[in-house]
Amino acid sequence: MSACSVEVDRNLCKGCGICVSVCPKNALELSPNIGPSGYRYPVLKGECIGCKTCTLYCPDFAITVVCDEGGGQG
Amino acid sequence: MRRLRKHFSRKYLREEVLPTPFCPGCFNGVVMNVMFKAFEELGVERLKGYVFVSGIGCSSWIPSPHIKADTIHTLHGRAVAVATGVKLAKPNLNVIVIGGDGDLAAIGFNHLVHAARRNMDLLVILVNNLVYGMTRGQASPTTPEGMRTVTTPYGAYEPVMDVAELIARTNANYVARWCVANFNQLKNSIKEALSKHSKGFRFIEVIAPCITYVVRYEGKTPGQKIKELMKVCRPNTETPYGRIGILKAEDKPGYLDRYFEYVKRATEGDKGE
Amino acid sequence: MRVEFLSGNEAVAKAALDAGLKFYAGYPITPSSEIMHYLARELPKKGGMFIQSEDELAAINMVVGAALAGVKSMTATSGPGFSLMQEGLGYAVMVEAPIVIVNVMRAGPGTGQATKAAQGDVMQARWGRHGDQVVVVLAPSSPQEAYDLTVKAFEIAWGLRVPVVVLSDEFVGHGREVVEMPDKVKEPEPGWGPEDYSKPPFGSDDPRKPPPLPPLGEGYDLLITGSTHDEWGYRDVHSFETHFKLVKRLKEKVLGNIEKIFMYEYFGDDEADILIVAYGSMSRPARTAVRRLQAAGFSAGLLKLKTLWPMNYDVLRSYVKDARVVIVPELNLGQVVYDVRIVAGNDTVVVPINKVGGGVPIYACEIVEKAQKVWGEALEEALQP
Ligand code: SF4
Ligand code: SF4
Repeated sequence: MSACSVEVDRNLCKGCGICVSVCPKNALELSPNIGPSGYRYPVLKGECIGCKTCTLYCPDFAITVVCDEGGGQG
Repeated sequence: MRRLRKHFSRKYLREEVLPTPFCPGCFNGVVMNVMFKAFEELGVERLKGYVFVSGIGCSSWIPSPHIKADTIHTLHGRAVAVATGVKLAKPNLNVIVIGGDGDLAAIGFNHLVHAARRNMDLLVILVNNLVYGMTRGQASPTTPEGMRTVTTPYGAYEPVMDVAELIARTNANYVARWCVANFNQLKNSIKEALSKHSKGFRFIEVIAPCITYVVRYEGKTPGQKIKELMKVCRPNTETPYGRIGILKAEDKPGYLDRYFEYVKRATEGDKGE
Repeated sequence: MRVEFLSGNEAVAKAALDAGLKFYAGYPITPSSEIMHYLARELPKKGGMFIQSEDELAAINMVVGAALAGVKSMTATSGPGFSLMQEGLGYAVMVEAPIVIVNVMRAGPGTGQATKAAQGDVMQARWGRHGDQVVVVLAPSSPQEAYDLTVKAFEIAWGLRVPVVVLSDEFVGHGREVVEMPDKVKEPEPGWGPEDYSKPPFGSDDPRKPPPLPPLGEGYDLLITGSTHDEWGYRDVHSFETHFKLVKRLKEKVLGNIEKIFMYEYFGDDEADILIVAYGSMSRPARTAVRRLQAAGFSAGLLKLKTLWPMNYDVLRSYVKDARVVIVPELNLGQVVYDVRIVAGNDTVVVPINKVGGGVPIYACEIVEKAQKVWGEALEEALQP
């Protein structure tokens, strides 16, 4: 079961889709909904393994990762 | 609403200036993450004692106004000269220059190459986005041949300047070139340039093609470009952007070491005649 | 008191050291190089930094960097180098960097005549940058004044956080005279103190007071930019209010202190009929000319301007208003003469004497001759029915 999930600061996300592309598990997709800044933001569609690749590559400091057991300080 | 946890980069940023003015997907933000990860791993939580100097251009906005530290946003091309003045005036400060290819390789190249020759105690990060992004995508000295821009509408025909190789041929201590997709290698280079090789001139070129005027014209998304760079930019190989990897890592005395040696001569009897 | 036989260039270098100079960057150029030579020898021994830069663009930007880091810094140059420095000088105005630039004027434009004196850079020193700004321009007429005004330049620069240009010329720079220097010069203090560090670094309630420049590296997180910025340094490249407020404050900061900045000397008869307005090396033949005119029975005087910018037009007017004839000898094709014309009334004849090139001065006899001729013409005209 997915022990990790992502949090997105929708005020910062510009919907660039980099997180979606770099996720090794292909676990993200851009939501059909539009965030407060007018961009589509990422949501989890599959299993997140908590690798934080999305966080490292997010150019707008918007996406962080939370895991149930320890680690995951984003 | 529950407070969101903060991205690790944000402790180094002035909250009030976010979001950045960069285009969606701009690799400047990734370069910032890499740099901040390097600081985090070096145990630097607060950038006191660091001075960031930049010129004019998109990447010059990385430090100013975003980085929570002393930042000096200078004239186009003059960042290295101002940084030299700061460093020589206050040698205990860590001075880092961040600039683009137009800023450092075109209008400011004279300062860059001479600072390198002097082995000036500076870290210079060249964010090479291959064009003049801020002024709408004109060709720069690093624009690949054949690329169409507003100033090369029939395809760029001037040969490309290999900035990292040129700087490696000078007396600079440390020279590396990575793509923005080489997250860990780039991060390790920045760490090395701030710790193990903290003397003399350190130059790190980051290939970070402009999202708006290069990547979009190639018909790619930022995500696709990052994935492509992950494949293309293998360490120690030739790429369309030049050789990727650490081109040089030496520990010669830096400018200040040599200057203080010189001062010793001046004060210990050498009459200067 | 120290008394030495110095060239104007050496006097500038000595004055800078006495004023606490700790950083010099410069590029060799005639006729200013002796300043650099002197500092190359002395600055390292005095715990300062000396660097020969790759060009004048680098020199001025290094000097700005050092000043922003809180260190007294200076560069010296001449015409072509001064042209290259205009960009950095404008930047220094915008970020309020307290720097001193010495321009030992030679004949231009272009490379002109590198070894020959001129006074052709007055307007450039005042107006050479794009955009609206005011810098301070001082003009020494002797090695003694080169010393005194260089110390003064540091006082003004650090007192107001403003760049100051010392506009010397080849005659002054290479001329050698006795210079008297105090044993100890009180190092010019910044116009702000640690108690001001928490205040905005780019704003001030009193437009005549400079904002504080806290030291780099001590956690003040200074945001310095040459783009339009608000009082905390945040870039604002769109609003009218921010830009107008900033450029107005930068101007008022200098003009509001004009009493302290504007320096001049008057020599000769009170309310003289024939007034000579001169500056720099050409105030010297002008002084001789005044003596000769007086000996010939004329009422004559010399107004020697030591500050060329900002110009105190009230002071200038107060001298010009009593004169029937004003002679303005300049080693150029006419620059400061425009200031005199601004304040001269209809009854005053303003006559420039212009010469430049070949290291040829304007001789006192030329000034006397011109003055007598113009006086005669003016008299004739006045007598006409
Ligand atoms: S990488 Fe960041 S800005 Fe881009 S879509 Fe993902 S969360 Fe948003
Ligand atoms: S943490 Fe890793 S697996 Fe999870 S969403 Fe981000 S990139 Fe994908």
